[in-house]
Amino acid sequence: MTRPGPVVFAAFYLALVAPAAGQSGFGDAEAGAKVFRKCFSCHMVGPDAFNRVGPHLNGIFGRRAGSLEGFKRYSDGLKRMGADGLFWDFDALGAYIENPKAFASDTRMNFDGLDDPQERADVLAYLRQFSASPANIPEAAPTAMPREVELSEDILALQGDKDYGEYLSSECTTCHQLDGDDQGIPAIIGWPSEDFVVAMHAYKEKVRPHPVMQMMAGRLSNEEIAALAAYFEGLE
Amino acid sequence: MKLNRRHFMAASAGVAATTLAAPHVYAASHGGKPKVVVIGGGAGGATAARYIAKDADGAIDVTLVEPTRTYYTCFFSNLYIGGFRTIESLAHSYGTLASEYGINVIHDYAVGVDRDAKTVTLAGGDTLPYDRLILSPGIDFVDGSVPGWDVTKQNAMPHAYKAGSQTELLKAQIEAMPEGGLFAMVAPPNPYRCPPGPYERVSMVAHLLRDINPTAKILIIDPKEKFSKQGLFEEGWNNNYPGMVERIGPDFGGNNVSVNADEMTVDIDGSVEKVDVCNVIPAMKAGIICEAAGINDGNWAPVSPHTMQSRADENIYVLGDASAQGDMPKSGFSANSQAKVAAMSVRAALTDSKMFPAKYSNTCWSLIDTDNGVKVGASYEATDEKIASVESFISQPGEDAALRKQTYEESIGWYEGISADIFG
Ligand SMILES: Cc1cc2nc3c(=O)[nH]c(=O)nc-3n(C[C@H](O)[C@H](O)[C@H](O)COP(=O)(O)OP(=O)(O)OC[C@H]3O[C@@H](n4cnc5c(N)ncnc54)[C@H](O)[C@@H]3O)c2cc1C
Ligand code: HEC
Ligand code: HEC
Repeated sequence: MTRPGPVVFAAFYLALVAPAAGQSGFGDAEAGAKVFRKCFSCHMVGPDAFNRVGPHLNGIFGRRAGSLEGFKRYSDGLKRMGADGLFWDFDALGAYIENPKAFASDTRMNFDGLDDPQERADVLAYLRQFSASPANIPEAAPTAMPREVELSEDILALQGDKDYGEYLSSECTTCHQLDGDDQGIPAIIGWPSEDFVVAMHAYKEKVRPHPVMQMMAGRLSNEEIAALAAYFEGLE
Repeated sequence: MKLNRRHFMAASAGVAATTLAAPHVYAASHGGKPKVVVIGGGAGGATAARYIAKDADGAIDVTLVEPTRTYYTCFFSNLYIGGFRTIESLAHSYGTLASEYGINVIHDYAVGVDRDAKTVTLAGGDTLPYDRLILSPGIDFVDGSVPGWDVTKQNAMPHAYKAGSQTELLKAQIEAMPEGGLFAMVAPPNPYRCPPGPYERVSMVAHLLRDINPTAKILIIDPKEKFSKQGLFEEGWNNNYPGMVERIGPDFGGNNVSVNADEMTVDIDGSVEKVDVCNVIPAMKAGIICEAAGINDGNWAPVSPHTMQSRADENIYVLGDASAQGDMPKSGFSANSQAKVAAMSVRAALTDSKMFPAKYSNTCWSLIDTDNGVKVGASYEATDEKIASVESFISQPGEDAALRKQTYEESIGWYEGISADIFG
């Protein structure tokens, strides 16, 4: 039996209601086929697709992240999110291809990401065609825009207060070790602060699935996240 | 010359205090640097001592009083019973706290607190002056809560609710059970340390017995209507140890139990049962030093949710299991979380360091079977009345194997993380 990650799907439905009403920003599958050239060096789709540098993307919608049997090179981060209950939907895919490293810090997908929301919507509309009526995706979904973690310039520009970050970090060090050891729980020291901020907001907005981290990030303000990012960035 | 560590520590800390970075210090009531005495080197006490020493940079004298040289964590001690950990892997010493943080570690037992003179008396005869006192003595047992049992019976009927030799004894007794024998657990009434602890233990005993004595049975005699993670545990026992575990709740007399350690019998509401191993987990109260300090209300020591200061004496902080604080469960995670708030408050009181609003959280993992972990957790905020739960989560019944395995792996990461956070 597969478990529809309860939290993820709650967030997922929420995200879909708004764009479906707006009817704007639909992805264009034809334009998406062109965008997919950026992915093609690593990924295949279609009837004869096989795994290359990256896993084939047939049936990617509704597939558990990091779960394709036969693909042996998944990162721990993607496998972990899959185990946590992340099934690829528009939100998660949008967030991942926008900034793969921020979404899964240790990802093996060596790709800078797609900044342009239209390109992301297009390529996802294209990929959607190779996912045969995935049971978990409501019908409105294919045309909805991805709701990735939208962070305003202001949030990213916030200068974190390191001292405050150090105080706040004491709540994190019960689980995350300051020496960077990562048995069972990932290491979070020495990250570029922007990646850290995006990752924390992805938990806060429940795009990333983990319940502990959703709770931890959920009650941090933007300033507090910036402070933590500044503090942890300086550790090695 | 024999170098006395206490003098040596004081000297080297003095050097640190003269560096520029050292925070400004408010007057100490006993002269010299302000003194913090911490009673109990467990999850709460050792964390508090470490954070105060680390962040005060030598401006505060920190003394930690703990009778044992090796602390065995209760957390993961059930996993030792189940065969997933060695006892050595649960052992921690105080070496780093002394050598790297300059904490004066005294192996002795506190017997009295003079709140007017602000001194603590040790069983060895010493008297320690303090400006702020932190009590994190964990739990002691309530006399007479299980008729027929008191601590003199703990070798025949172990509690294994303070880890170490008790845990080893309980495991040895289970291994020596006759084929098809009966393991009984007398579960404690609320509130007690580690709400899922007894039931994780049942899972681990079942795991061990399934391997070495598969026809043996487990009987839980429980005064409580319901218990932590009940749905998850019961599902796990049904699926993984079918027919092995039976629980007698209060509706069938689980709240009316006495034991006879010489006969190895348990009397449940008038019917006497012969058992092979009997794990008695009695009712609990704050470590007795809290009573001696006169800061208890009933069995526990009430504290201010904003700082963990005793409601009876603002110079005393009470952490962890011993405190009555509101919604947080009595866990190692909670004690560690509370210790950081207290450390900040102590530093703000004794030096010019900043005080930020208190934040608390807790997550408790439990292992049901190999690679089958579950968790429950919550975040908390301080209100004037109590530490109040804000948000919570719990693993769900029917989760798939990958998630359960990952949850178990996380718990291993947590054990490493919290151990480093407590002991340095
Ligand atoms: C079987 C079991 C499983 C558990 N599992 C978990 C878990 O998975 N996760 C979790 O978070 N928690 C768990 N716990 C709970 C956790 O162990 C306790 O909540 C935690 O240790 C409380 O910390 P503390 O500082 O209050 O007390 P303790 O850690 O017990 O420390 C108290 C210390 O004070 C010392 N002391 C007592 N009196 C004096 C005195 N008068 N003078 C000097 N020293 C004194 C004692 O020797 C002891 O070392 C478990 C507990 C048990 C029993
Ligand atoms: C340089 C090679 C490379 C490029 C270019 C690339 N990817 Fe990937 N991709 C990978 C690898 C490797 C993985 C596995 C990542 C991991 O395990 O962390 C992956 C994983 C994925 C996954 C998750 C698959 C799963 O089974 O969970 C998706 C979705 C994905 N890529 C989409 C894209 C899209 C869309 C593009 C183009 C916009 C793209 N990728 C570009 C290498 C690449
Ligand atoms: C109770 C344990 C726990 C606490 C406390 C905790 N975390 Fe985490 N954290 C985890 C786990 C488990 C993961 C892996 C989650 C996943 O699978 O997505 C994680 C993941 C992360 C990640 C992403 C790591 C990656 O490789 O992508 C960041 C960043 C992070 N945590 C930051 C923090 C910060 C900051 C705090 C304190 C405010 C904190 N965590 C507190 C357990 C914890």
